[in-house]
Amino acid sequence: MQDNATTGAMAVGLSGLTKSYDRGRPVLKGIDLEICPGEFFTMLGPSGSGKTTTLRLIGGFELPDAGQVTLLGRDVTRLPPYQRDVNTMFQDYALFPHMSLRDNVAYGMKIRGVGAAERTERAQQALDMVHLDAVSDRRPSQLSGGQRQRVALARALVNKPKLILLDEPLGALDLKLRREMQVELKRIQKQTGITFVYVTHDQEEALSMSDRIAVFSEGVIEQVGTPQELYERPASRFVARFIGSSSILGGEHGCAILLRPEDVRMEPHGYTPTPDEDILPGVVEEIAYLGPVTRCQVQRMETGACVTAMVPSRTARTLQEGMAVVAVWAKDVAYPLPR
Amino acid sequence: MTGGRKLLGHVALLLPPFGWLTLFYLGSLFILLLSAFWQVDPMSGDVVHDWTLDNFRLLVSDATYRIVAQRTIGIAALVTVTDILLAWPLAYVIARKVGPRLKLTLLVLVALPLWSSMLARIYAWRLILGHDGVLNWFLRAAGLPGQSFAFTNVALWLVFSYLWLPFMLMPLVSALERIPASLLDAAGDMGATPWQTFRTVIFPLAIPGMAAGSVFTFAVTLGEYVTPMLVGGAGSEFIGNVVYANVGVSGNVPFAAAFSMVLLVVIGAYMLVARRFGAFEGA
Repeated sequence: MQDNATTGAMAVGLSGLTKSYDRGRPVLKGIDLEICPGEFFTMLGPSGSGKTTTLRLIGGFELPDAGQVTLLGRDVTRLPPYQRDVNTMFQDYALFPHMSLRDNVAYGMKIRGVGAAERTERAQQALDMVHLDAVSDRRPSQLSGGQRQRVALARALVNKPKLILLDEPLGALDLKLRREMQVELKRIQKQTGITFVYVTHDQEEALSMSDRIAVFSEGVIEQVGTPQELYERPASRFVARFIGSSSILGGEHGCAILLRPEDVRMEPHGYTPTPDEDILPGVVEEIAYLGPVTRCQVQRMETGACVTAMVPSRTARTLQEGMAVVAVWAKDVAYPLPR
Repeated sequence: MTGGRKLLGHVALLLPPFGWLTLFYLGSLFILLLSAFWQVDPMSGDVVHDWTLDNFRLLVSDATYRIVAQRTIGIAALVTVTDILLAWPLAYVIARKVGPRLKLTLLVLVALPLWSSMLARIYAWRLILGHDGVLNWFLRAAGLPGQSFAFTNVALWLVFSYLWLPFMLMPLVSALERIPASLLDAAGDMGATPWQTFRTVIFPLAIPGMAAGSVFTFAVTLGEYVTPMLVGGAGSEFIGNVVYANVGVSGNVPFAAAFSMVLLVVIGAYMLVARRFGAFEGA
């Protein structure tokens, strides 16, 4: 049984998870998910969609009303956090204010009775990995936000768990530091081969870091897939809207089609499309200069249909708001949305 | 220019309270300090301003005063330990286990006795502990032998513990409330059982709260003299009672001042210790 559990089993298996908080408001309405060992897996969704609750159920900080949680094939649904081989990086970092950085990182080892010498050495190594070995005697209050975040990472990594849960760990950082840490996290995940389960509401972050993503909405998973799958073949309007920007047009047979703005180009009024092209004649509603590209919104007055185009800024210089134009796209890039 | 005027404004604001403090508080303390080195003329009973260390010599050499000092400090320490033990379970429940409405109700119940006169509450304990008091009614009704705690050090310990419990409870509640829930999650996440989490995270982070509470249970008990007078017995004098007797009955203000200085030094030293444990940091 034990052997069976560790060979080829899923890192995380969730089936039929439901959870309501007080007053019966359902937070999770049945979550099924399998996360492979060594994967960088992201749970993406707006706030209140259930992604953090799902993470807390995996960590054991909360118990589900129904359903099952397995870690490497072992049923842990009713086990408390301290009996799960999982480490978590908390949104507020949750560093112990009364301990030095070294003691923070060594905490788990101390609890498990690892000797003082080994403890100190491994904690020092872990701090070295996040470039904080020089200040390991300091207290968390003496650090910047970015430094605290790295201590939290070292603390999650030092015990070499099979699985690390990360709850919006970059949420409090400024943009530049965020980008750096994204690269850093991805590098460490590849290097260590530890399964990362990452929660974020930032779709760009999810796309750039993840092997696979689960998109959450109102307590259910809308779609699970690779970043490419989610972007190019979204399973629902919600996923299409949430990931990347998009225009959705009601198609001829009541079936909606999805257009990504980078697939749309602008032509002058009176443009005749080739047989491979579709068009939407209209007026420029809005122009936003974004540096390398310019975003234009074209609206067809008669129907109210709207298409957003992202065009290279050099070619957008002649565009003006209120101008009559034609939005053009190749027929094969228009993706018919399911449902 | 504006900087100078701003400074002037600050000085003007601070001057009245600062002057008041200097004149009446520090001034009287200073006279107390001086008078501890004066003496009483044995014939006339007048205070004479001749410098002497006799008052302090008497305090050290006479076993009676040593015992009084030991009793005062001992009971204050015992009351502190008792209140810490009593406050913990209740504070923990109030801070972390109940909803906001029940929390408010419990806090009001804890604070309620503070709105009644302290004297009335102390007398109530005489009614409880007396020979024919409430406690003995119940003990006899239950077929148990009656107690005779009234006017003993046990009574003193019980009443002090009761009086100061809210003052230990409140800072402890606020210290426990300020511990983020994520710290407890993090401890469990790294393998700590609930008991280990309590020992390594909750308890150390509550130390400033206990230190703040002990300023009342320990330092204020040290200076008490009303409670020993009302519920203590023949062998229950506190330092304060000796000071009171020397000022009022025997008119030996210099000796009373000398004994008060002992109290001030102990309290001062205790405040320094309490500060080290974070008693005065944030509230």
